[in-house]
Amino acid sequence: MKIQFVLNGKKITAEAEPSTTLYTFLRDLGCLSVKCGCETANCGLCTVLLDGKSVLSCSVLAGRVDGSEVCTLEGLQQEAEELGGFLAAEGGEQCGFCSPGFLMNAIAMLREWKEPDEESIKEYMAGNLCRCSGYMSQLRALTKYVAYKKEGH
Amino acid sequence: MEKKKRYVNAPVVKKDAKALVTGKPVYTDDLAPKNCLIVKVLRSPHANAWIESIDQKAALRVPGLRCILTWEDVPNKRFTMAGQTYPEASPYDRLILDRQVRFVGDAVAIVAGENEAAVDRALALLKVNYRVLDAVLDFRTAKDNPILVHPEENWHALCPVGADNKRNLCACGESGDGDVEAVLRSCDYTIERTYHTLANQQTMMETFRTFTYLDTYGRLNVVSSTQVPFHARRILAHALDIPKSKIRVIKPRIGGGFGAKQTVVSEVYPAIVTMKTGLAAKMIYSRYESQIASSPRHEMEITVRAGADADGRLRALDVYTLSNTGAFGEHGPTTVGLSGHKSIPLYRTEAHRFRYDVVYTNRMSSGAYRGYGATQGIFAVESIINELAEQMGMDPVAFREKNMVREGDIMPAYYNEKSNSCALDRCLARAKEMMNWEEKYPARDMGNGKVRGVGVALAMQGSAISKVDVGSVSIKVNDDGFYTLMIGASDMGTGCDTILAQMAADCLDCDIDEIVVHGTDTDISPYDSGSYASSTTYLTGMAVVQACEKLRENIIAKAAQYLDCKKETLEFDGKKVYQPEGDKEITLLDIGNRIMCNNEDDLTASATHSSPVSPPPFMVGMAEVEVDKETGQAELIDYVAVVDCGTVVNPNLARVQTEGGLAQGIGMALYEDVTYSAAGQMYQNSLMQYKIPSRLDVGRIRVDFESSYEPTGPFGAKSIGEIVINTPSPAIAQAVYHASHVRVRELPITAEKIFFGMQEQK
Repeated sequence: MKIQFVLNGKKITAEAEPSTTLYTFLRDLGCLSVKCGCETANCGLCTVLLDGKSVLSCSVLAGRVDGSEVCTLEGLQQEAEELGGFLAAEGGEQCGFCSPGFLMNAIAMLREWKEPDEESIKEYMAGNLCRCSGYMSQLRALTKYVAYKKEGH
Repeated sequence: MEKKKRYVNAPVVKKDAKALVTGKPVYTDDLAPKNCLIVKVLRSPHANAWIESIDQKAALRVPGLRCILTWEDVPNKRFTMAGQTYPEASPYDRLILDRQVRFVGDAVAIVAGENEAAVDRALALLKVNYRVLDAVLDFRTAKDNPILVHPEENWHALCPVGADNKRNLCACGESGDGDVEAVLRSCDYTIERTYHTLANQQTMMETFRTFTYLDTYGRLNVVSSTQVPFHARRILAHALDIPKSKIRVIKPRIGGGFGAKQTVVSEVYPAIVTMKTGLAAKMIYSRYESQIASSPRHEMEITVRAGADADGRLRALDVYTLSNTGAFGEHGPTTVGLSGHKSIPLYRTEAHRFRYDVVYTNRMSSGAYRGYGATQGIFAVESIINELAEQMGMDPVAFREKNMVREGDIMPAYYNEKSNSCALDRCLARAKEMMNWEEKYPARDMGNGKVRGVGVALAMQGSAISKVDVGSVSIKVNDDGFYTLMIGASDMGTGCDTILAQMAADCLDCDIDEIVVHGTDTDISPYDSGSYASSTTYLTGMAVVQACEKLRENIIAKAAQYLDCKKETLEFDGKKVYQPEGDKEITLLDIGNRIMCNNEDDLTASATHSSPVSPPPFMVGMAEVEVDKETGQAELIDYVAVVDCGTVVNPNLARVQTEGGLAQGIGMALYEDVTYSAAGQMYQNSLMQYKIPSRLDVGRIRVDFESSYEPTGPFGAKSIGEIVINTPSPAIAQAVYHASHVRVRELPITAEKIFFGMQEQK
């Protein structure tokens, strides 16, 4: 089937099988930041923005994005570098495999809430699993980023 | 004079951080050629079966299918997938594909095609005729069971580890010091308990994966998410029965390992497809496969006896470990050793004994998982110490203060090594203070139906395998005077590329950006046994220090030649070589550029390091857990950990290592169950069932360091990677006991177990 949509700000027309997931579709289109950790919508690694909302691309069919706007970390390089810089400053990216999904959901959260507190961050980000970090460094990074933004940066 | 910037002990950001956080394509699957064949494995539905026949006719007709391989197509030469130094302690008990399948998930056939749909279709059309055999599913009945997991005659063990395939034994052994029975008989207090830990999964976020292709010279190139590139090269040569010279292994960025990738889990499948077809091929494990057919922790049942006198002195420890290696012996003979050798030495005793059996069963093969047997042993030994102190009416912290190992002690249960660096006493004091132990011990009723209890545990590990592991680096000066540091160790996310560069920058007095780190490619990198056994910082780090010392000398010698003076008159400050008492000088930049023209010896140095000792890092963990008196629900409130890893090379990375290892340990203690159907199928075959902790499940984790100085380590450093997973199980089990009076000796500590335990008390 033919799918027309906007990917990272660019109009795209591409072919996909009806059974193709958005995850596979996006990787085939070269968005290699999108990772898969579980195939069962449990880990958050494949998070992308669909019409501004974070979704798990392993559990969305490619056909669903027809006429929509999809954003991956490839389209958010500036935010990735800024927010990711806070994560790296804590050593919290570790293997980095969950970082794109984590950052996508964090960006979604920060667009929704300007100043989330620790408990809100934990709840919003609960679906993003990480096996390396134990999550504390991610929390430190997000808390510091929120404070940095509050200072007007 | 400007103070020189030092990198060791500074929170340097990882060299690869920017690429990782901006989602750059740096992992195995990102780098695989677009047109490579998709490889999948047909897996056995039976725990033990003989393949009578495989009908391929229908499958072969699938458009896009390129190859089907069965037991008839692979070399009949047994090997082990364990990434260990040759000759491996793990028996040679595997074929790439075997006619007998030994667990639910064992490989039956390899299928490769041009796309995933074709491969899936062909897998569904393969008709396998199995003769189902009785299976050994309970590891307590495996030893000398008439059902043999490996009846075959060409099974063989390279090392004398007590293995005997006709008894289902992968290893057995005994060691000790003093007369344990006599000492136990004369103790005022004795106790005996049995503890059970499960085959937990490492669950690194990136599953096993490999792609392979033939290069210009017809050599097999293997790009793989592995912790052991050099071992992988050897294992593939054995498995495929081809010369090692025909194989090159490259490690890109790795999405986590934790020991899982110290076993060559995925490599053989695309490799044999490429060898058979000449085409590039890739194998990406699904999470389902990663759960059911991989290399998890060895399930162990550990019985401990301990004895002490009324004055609070611990006198004897007797440990018996029964370890379940599963269908294959990967890491079986070696993991078990740590269950005794890295638990008993935590205490001063008059006598100790350690006995073990490692048995084959029709379960998935076990492998290496962070802690490597020490985790299981420390759960048992630290739990019995807690139970013994309870029986004696002593505070478990006070009992430890009286009996734990101290700096300068000879450790009879640790190969008689001397504890040259040990801040365990300071770790315990600090943890006690952070937890506010005096006030919280043993429990507080919160008045809302909930009780909060606290628990404590000590831990140790090693730093590399003494007299076995090898770390090598070579370093060279390039034009303009920057350096390339070639390492054979595998950064798997932990940051070894960065910390080794930190050490090199300090040794060479340069900016860390002047150190380019290259790893790992078996064609280019110097030999390193790999990133496991808590070895990289300690061992490869020492090789960095030694290579840099040599390179400094070589730089000065080259400068002496260019300046036409005696090298003894020269000094090197990182930027230039100069005469402190003269006026001759030359910059490193000039040296770097001059060696590119009319030069006779390259400006390089290399060092290989192995250690006669394996100095243990130490740590203390304390847990505060809240138990609901009505439901048995246990919630981790606070976890305090204080670590002695010697000099902390990178405080940020060491802290995150600790927090991450604790979270894995918390998962093992509270959430990560492993259960099977009567037919041997594992139920926790996805992340929906296998519950690794989310950020809502780990409570608050607080980490601090109390550093000793290890004289044999680089800059005084010891290891940290593994030890950090060892304390949560015993500390949390004891906190739960204090809150509920229920002792859970079989992990994980679920609400059900606590609830039914509380019911029994009523």
